[in-house]
Amino acid sequence: MTRTPLRPLARILQARARGENPDAIERENIRIRHERMRDRMRLRAESRLVVLALAFVMMFGAAGARMAVLASTEAEEPRAGGVGPAILATRADITDRNGRILATNLVTSSLYAQPPLMIDPERAARELAEIFPDLEEETLRKQFTGKRKFLWIKKKLSPEQQQGVHDIGEPGLLFGPREMRLYPNGRLAAHVLGGAGFGREGVHSAEVIGVAGIEKALDVQLRDPARGGTPLRLSLDLTVQAAARRVLEGGMKIMNAKGATAILMDVRTGELVSLVSLPDFDPNDRPVPLLKGDPSDSPLFNRAVQGRYELGSTFKIFAVAQALEEGIATPQTMVSTQGPLRWGKYRINDFHNFGKELSVTEVIVKSSNIGTARLAQQIGATRQRAFLDRLGLLQPVPVELVEAPAIHPLLPGNWSELSAMTISYGHGLSASPLHLAAAYAALVNGGTRVTPTLLHEAGRAVPGERVISAETSRVVRGMLRQVVQRGTASFAEVPGYAVGGKTGSADKPRPQGGYYEDKVIATFASVFPAHDPAYVLVVTLDEPNITALGETRRTAGWTAVPVSAEIIRRVAPLLDMRPEIEPGDGFGVRLTGN
Amino acid sequence: MRGFFYVVSALVVMALAFWAYHENYQTQQALREVKQLQRQIGSAREQLGVLRAEWAYLNRPERLRDLAELNFERLQLMPLAPEHFGDVSQVAYPRPVTRFELNRTMDVSTAAAAAEEATR
Repeated sequence: MTRTPLRPLARILQARARGENPDAIERENIRIRHERMRDRMRLRAESRLVVLALAFVMMFGAAGARMAVLASTEAEEPRAGGVGPAILATRADITDRNGRILATNLVTSSLYAQPPLMIDPERAARELAEIFPDLEEETLRKQFTGKRKFLWIKKKLSPEQQQGVHDIGEPGLLFGPREMRLYPNGRLAAHVLGGAGFGREGVHSAEVIGVAGIEKALDVQLRDPARGGTPLRLSLDLTVQAAARRVLEGGMKIMNAKGATAILMDVRTGELVSLVSLPDFDPNDRPVPLLKGDPSDSPLFNRAVQGRYELGSTFKIFAVAQALEEGIATPQTMVSTQGPLRWGKYRINDFHNFGKELSVTEVIVKSSNIGTARLAQQIGATRQRAFLDRLGLLQPVPVELVEAPAIHPLLPGNWSELSAMTISYGHGLSASPLHLAAAYAALVNGGTRVTPTLLHEAGRAVPGERVISAETSRVVRGMLRQVVQRGTASFAEVPGYAVGGKTGSADKPRPQGGYYEDKVIATFASVFPAHDPAYVLVVTLDEPNITALGETRRTAGWTAVPVSAEIIRRVAPLLDMRPEIEPGDGFGVRLTGN
Repeated sequence: MRGFFYVVSALVVMALAFWAYHENYQTQQALREVKQLQRQIGSAREQLGVLRAEWAYLNRPERLRDLAELNFERLQLMPLAPEHFGDVSQVAYPRPVTRFELNRTMDVSTAAAAAEEATR
């Protein structure tokens, strides 16, 4: 740019000639130059501002656009993240305490038809009927040629069947992916697992829902995607369960029983190591529930949990334990057993005549109804009821099975003194064998209440509420041991395992009222080893009878006891228990002598 | 000097653009690979599930028991019973390698009597 001089000589000379001040020209020129400079500067500043504004607009625009995109698109996890194990399995597996699979999922296919797409419906119907013998060719033909646009043919296909359908080559026959529940061990633990079926169904998927047992009780947990496929670990031991089921099944056949159940429970944690109910079923192919008649005739009936029985003399130990705990009696206290005991118009008799009186220990060992009824009279109905409630015998068992919460024990409407006397020897109160197992565990484990559970949690062993003192518990264990050593359960002796227990044979009630003469529920509730209890085993046989020594025997001592002994003999080594020599005789009882 | 600066910055911009495109395509490729790997993992898990189910089915206690009974002559397997537990003391010690041979006998009672005699 050309620089204009501030004092142009021509104008100054002209101004001097006119007599003006030439400095005015210079000032004027300086002013004009400054104005130009100012305009230039303003322009530059303005353009800078525009650039800056543009940059801001772009930045805010980018952020706004990103927000709009985020708001308008579907949420998506970043895919580069860790691969969850829940890609396939939507329902968690169930395993036993050692991680062996009890229930798992398998991918299979379902078969559906879209008749409008069909080329040769008649041939398709004919060939399908060949592949699936349970389908009628005629009905299929009608369905395929009718007005229907869509129909399900099979919910689950085996790979061979699927190949067979592929080979028909009919475009109107289509497959949908399905996930099915598989129970590889079949009948083993059928009642615990229950079974699963399909819930809402679509072409591309179907939800698998539990229909019974723990599958239904913990359905929400098993389906929870947040689980990430972690298997549900049960307290059952597959090997023990198999051995117990085998022995129980054999015993049930030998004893000609209609049904049987065995419960093996850890006395401290309440974990059920084995729970068998016979007859059982295959959860892969659940039978249809009975619509009429006695539900207990169905193999679906879980006798261990749903069966409410009068459990007979096994209840006697509760009366005796309470009498000892409340100081009403000591093991040596003599109780009158002079029969029959009359109460109003009722008479209480013993199986044998035990003479005039027996000590409390002998009342248990010989199983005297009169003796326990007299103890119950001294305890009284109110206190008896409170004690049984503390043992958990009056409420449903809180075990993780969907059937359990509905099973309220059957109590007498009016808990009179007579009720107290009959309940003391196990009549007039019906509870499930699982109730009995929990109550026995509480009595022998040192006196704290036990809540049965099917879930395995390491390091649980939190003692429950105290029911009886440790001292009473020790005395009770000694009594139970003597029942086996010289009482009604002599067949239960398993060398090395110091079994203690109490038998119970209760006549079955008739549906019309009264009792059957020749049908009993034989129960044996046992604990082993009696000096240091680890497990409680309850075995119940429904209507057993066996001919031994020329007589038909139905009592538990001849039926449930030998079966229990064989179960303990087979199961205890599997539970890592070595046979051991028990401490000297009279232990426990000797320590409480006054 | 200024012209040189312009050329260099243009080259830098081009290099950066090339790098950015390259990274973008690499990322897309990596994402495709991840997707494919996840599909593979899915099918592998599916297979694993089938194999696990089959393993559990083949190892069900019922079948193992039947097999043990069928092959009893060769395997001689029996259910575990309390008698099968042993004790450490039942295990024989290995025979000692060196043995003390006693070939000279000595009557101790007479020796003791003789010693007593001598002290008197």
